[in-house]
Amino acid sequence: MNPTRWIAALLVTLSSFAFAQGNLEIDSPAIGALKSSMQQRHARLEPLYAAGAVGQASDGTVALRDASSVPLAQRGQVNSLIAAENADRLALYREIARANGHPEWETDVRSTFAQRWVDRAQSGWWVQKGGAWVKK
Amino acid sequence: MSPLVHKSIAIVLLLAVSACVTINIYFPAAAAEKAADRIIDEVWQLREGESSSPTPPKKEGASQ
Repeated sequence: MNPTRWIAALLVTLSSFAFAQGNLEIDSPAIGALKSSMQQRHARLEPLYAAGAVGQASDGTVALRDASSVPLAQRGQVNSLIAAENADRLALYREIARANGHPEWETDVRSTFAQRWVDRAQSGWWVQKGGAWVKK
Repeated sequence: MSPLVHKSIAIVLLLAVSACVTINIYFPAAAAEKAADRIIDEVWQLREGESSSPTPPKKEGASQ
């Protein structure tokens, strides 16, 4: 085998690893389904975020922040929205870790998301920082 | 090409591959952040350009 071939093989190998490093696989069918389910739910959660009833918790979930801003009759509905959103979020973290062949990354994926949900929350929304709720 | 050169190239290749595999068992934090942002964009529908800005910055015909 001539050296040019060796070098070519080396470069191809390196670039494929570099690519694997640069991106996480997030296009699996399971992830796609979770994304669209969360996207649809967002239309109903957004007014609750804006009203401060529900906030982005520091653990990568959403949480009821101010129950008093939700009329009593709707509290059950809001609680089940929160529960459904959190189930999807936790499944999403698990699926991303699994789709990348590292189920043990789940907690790392979760804390990365937790940080990004908080950082990217829109102004007026409430986020949890160090245990306290802060309005953005 | 001397066999020595062949050997050394083979060793470099092996080292490089094993280094990559070793690195890859660590959590790729930057890649995860990018992935998170892509998903958050989609879930919250924050695509650039169509985000509804509450205060329109500059509209045509603005007085002054």
